Amino acid sequence: MSKLTVRGVEIEDTFAEAFGMKATAVIITAPTLKWARQAAITMTGFATSVIACGCEAAIDVELPEAQTPDGRPGVRVMLFSMSTDELQKQLQTRVGQCVLTSPGSACFAAMEGADEMKLGSALRYFADGFQISKKIGGRHFWRMPVMDGEFLCEATTRMTRAAVGGGNLLLLAETSAKALVAAEAAVAAIEAVPGAIMPFPGGIVRSGSKVGGKYKGMMASTNDAYAPTLRHLPQSKLRPDINAVLEIVIDGETSDAVAASMRAGIAAVTKLGPARGAKGITAGNYGGKLGKFHYHLRDLLP
Amino acid sequence: MSAIVFTLRHEPPERLDLSRLVPDVLVELTKSEIEKIEIGTTKYGSRVGDIFRVKGNNAANVVFEAGSARFDGVGTGMTSGEVRVAGEVGAQTGRLMRGGSLLIEGDAGPFAASCMSGGRLEVRGNAGDRLGGPLAGEMAGMKGGVVIIRGRAGERAANRMRRGLIAVGKGSGDYAGSRMIAGTLVVLGKAGAMPGYLMRRGTIVLGKTPTELSPGFVETGAPEIAFSGLLDRWLVDEGILDKPLLGRAPRRWGGDNAVLGLGEVFVKG
Repeated sequence: MSKLTVRGVEIEDTFAEAFGMKATAVIITAPTLKWARQAAITMTGFATSVIACGCEAAIDVELPEAQTPDGRPGVRVMLFSMSTDELQKQLQTRVGQCVLTSPGSACFAAMEGADEMKLGSALRYFADGFQISKKIGGRHFWRMPVMDGEFLCEATTRMTRAAVGGGNLLLLAETSAKALVAAEAAVAAIEAVPGAIMPFPGGIVRSGSKVGGKYKGMMASTNDAYAPTLRHLPQSKLRPDINAVLEIVIDGETSDAVAASMRAGIAAVTKLGPARGAKGITAGNYGGKLGKFHYHLRDLLP
Repeated sequence: MSAIVFTLRHEPPERLDLSRLVPDVLVELTKSEIEKIEIGTTKYGSRVGDIFRVKGNNAANVVFEAGSARFDGVGTGMTSGEVRVAGEVGAQTGRLMRGGSLLIEGDAGPFAASCMSGGRLEVRGNAGDRLGGPLAGEMAGMKGGVVIIRGRAGERAANRMRRGLIAVGKGSGDYAGSRMIAGTLVVLGKAGAMPGYLMRRGTIVLGKTPTELSPGFVETGAPEIAFSGLLDRWLVDEGILDKPLLGRAPRRWGGDNAVLGLGEVFVKG
């Protein structure tokens, strides 16, 4: 495959292949940003991949007091899943176990879309008949008495069917440390893009996967072509000077958000240059047959 | 198309039932049909043409160029459009209203917004007794929508209210929120005696600490809650408040324990 070079970083002329997903979002507020973030981090724990977590979820943006419904600091959290039912189940259990329980929290709808997702209208039964229904400005809220006051939760949020999951960048570097520096730069740049999340730890995946495996029942297994210790095998795609590869996986509310995120990530990695960060950038695909969305790296150069 | 404008020829000789002069009815009528609508309530048998000069053809926008305390039932059952009265009105303004917007630039009489279920009623002046309340024989009062009274409300504002929001700018008479089933009543200024009397559920927000609550209310301290911030923000956005009233931890009473006891009264903490 041909290569493009930007500031000394080689960019393979290939594409990331991504899938249509369903997504919903909520705003979590708390008395302080620290506790809004804590509730969000707890709620999005164990939500890296739909392969085994049920959903992919992470914080999208932090919101100042002026931009939240109750005038307290907050964060917007997005959840992605393949099925509507699974998304509803994940939203309900995660808000119920992780946000309802977090000190001083409140939870509001933060997604547009045709489909409704139950939020407070499913959780209100926790209040055992002491819940209070309130309609303010055309929006419906439930207030549930709890030990530090009340859990305020909007009755429903919405789901979009236009979401995209699985946008990705593979960063190829000389050492693990350099790969991590490049990946952290990409994550920092993508965090600033609204409507996109990176669900893996700190936004970074080290165990990129291929579809299927030699063992029965494995939906995904290690990406042997990019594992440096398997460079001696014929399927390896690594040059001799590459000793570490890290992947950034991006889920977006829209296809444009994924493209904007990948563009921001490539810009950050190329700005860093090959001496400090990654020597090469590529992307994962399945030959273009599985995913509806293709993001060609040559279209996303800075 | 221009708004349908009713100009008062002279002070009406009798109380008028203006319940049919709403966008939903007028949209199907010609000017001459409108002028023949019977609006009298006594032996005078007044028709629209006797009392008003009528012009304009856009039924979605209805204007009464002057008001009178004899105008009863303005905006009754309206579902859409706008009605504006450049003056005062009589009883039952906005009764059974379901949508649209009704603006009274003067005072409104008793039973304004009676059993309203949607839309928005604003009264620039004062409102009479039993704002939003049910008529005799009806089980519940207001069931939805937004009512804003810039002046003062009479006795038993939000009587038997079930849903929706009423905001009163300059105080109310006695028994504000009496027998509320649910919903929200905001009274800035001084409320009269016993706000929340026999309320089952619902929320009453008072601008000033009440001098006398029903004996069935018990103070529940001032826990920090997010709802007060949400309500404050909405009231400010709607222009009902200049600045947030309740803050994060308003003082709260629960009651009325003489009945269900799931209602609440808030004042600034």
